[in-house]
Amino acid sequence: MSETIKTDVLIIGAGPIALFAVFELGLLDIKAHLVDILDKVGGQCAELYPEKPIYDIPGIPYITGHGLTEALMKQIKPFHPTFHLNEMVTTLQKTGEPLFLATTDRGRVFEAKVVAIAAGGGSFQPKRPPINGIEPYEGKSVYYAVRKMEMFRDKQLMIVGGGDSALDWTLNLQPIAKRLTLVHRRDEFRGAPDSVNKMRALVTAGGMDLKIGQVTTLEGVDGQLTAASVKGNDGSVSRVEVDAMLPFFGLTMKLGPVADWGLKLVDNLIPVDTGTFETEVPGLFAIGDINTYPGKLKLILSGFHEGALMAQKAYHYVYPEKKLVFQYTTSSTSLQKKLGVA
Amino acid sequence: MSDVQELSRSNADNKTMPKITFIEHDGTVHTVKAEIDSTVMETAQRNGVTSIVAECGGSCTCATCLVHVDEKWSEVVGKPSAEEEDMLDFAFEVKPTSRLSCQIKVTEALDGLVVHTPAYQGR
Repeated sequence: MSETIKTDVLIIGAGPIALFAVFELGLLDIKAHLVDILDKVGGQCAELYPEKPIYDIPGIPYITGHGLTEALMKQIKPFHPTFHLNEMVTTLQKTGEPLFLATTDRGRVFEAKVVAIAAGGGSFQPKRPPINGIEPYEGKSVYYAVRKMEMFRDKQLMIVGGGDSALDWTLNLQPIAKRLTLVHRRDEFRGAPDSVNKMRALVTAGGMDLKIGQVTTLEGVDGQLTAASVKGNDGSVSRVEVDAMLPFFGLTMKLGPVADWGLKLVDNLIPVDTGTFETEVPGLFAIGDINTYPGKLKLILSGFHEGALMAQKAYHYVYPEKKLVFQYTTSSTSLQKKLGVA
Repeated sequence: MSDVQELSRSNADNKTMPKITFIEHDGTVHTVKAEIDSTVMETAQRNGVTSIVAECGGSCTCATCLVHVDEKWSEVVGKPSAEEEDMLDFAFEVKPTSRLSCQIKVTEALDGLVVHTPAYQGR
């Protein structure tokens, strides 16, 4: 386990609301660490609609999810936030007045004066294919991510999917697997053309198998797969001996560990005070899509407002002795110095 | 707005609101009116058809609003675009008549449309 990271604020999530909260906190000299389960910042903007238009950011008639993320990263650069990506906060405990201890699935420990949950629709987790009885195999012979390639050495591996994850892992694992079968629902792949060509060349050379269809049944004992059946689009079923499977069907949002932190939830959302966006636990805030209050709109612009008010209250916890004087970035030399423009 | 105007407006709505029937996997049937130019996904959400999840809100990026268009309607509704076909890779138990309902625009031609919704949208 690594050394405990002490921070003013721990932000859970790194979507647009979390990013802008870094700005509002930064203006008040409050430092933040952010943890996000995705491998990139931007949350839904990056994962769900990087190239899709957003028309309702005030003052910006049109921007894409990716564009907004880039712009926010530029805006918060002066405040040097620390990001911990590919990582999920799993436990959260209150240990002081206020003081929080949070741990992640990578064994990292944070001690934070304030915690802001900006987890959006929850954590992005892999979609589980609807194959009867798949659960006992998960983590034992069915995996949704590759943490160590060596695990698949000399295995009879089945990869399911047609995107870049499926193709990249097919190409990376084919040399070390005993036999690799790629299963996809159609004979077209949306992955990078170069990867598709390489995969097809391997199939032609007899280095791997490609099956068009859907996995219907699994066979195995005590979580260890022995075979999988693939139903072709013509209705024919073929049985393939496998001892490991990697399904890649993209991600879905699940509330995740937030549900286990003993917080009061209403329809899987966290109720907050609308003056501070603090939860019922002093020092613990919830901003963006994950919170609820009368009149709540799940809009990015609402989340920006919520982050600004959260920062005001957070200041009192981080600097209990100091008095906060409200200032404008337009006219305050002190704020402009923080932004590196004065 | 006066009562008379209200009345004439709702009459007009009746005329121009196609009916769509959602048949859920457990047999629950919802026959609802849809707004022209809205989508089949939005129609489902407005009418409490919870088997349409629509996680991404209709931007064709999550594949959680899958429907199987009734065979009789498949031709009228048409084929998915290349972008939608790519997203169908993230859906489950995809059939030749499957579509993402956020990508089906409601038109007068769809009056009477029947779609079947799956048991599982990936979450």
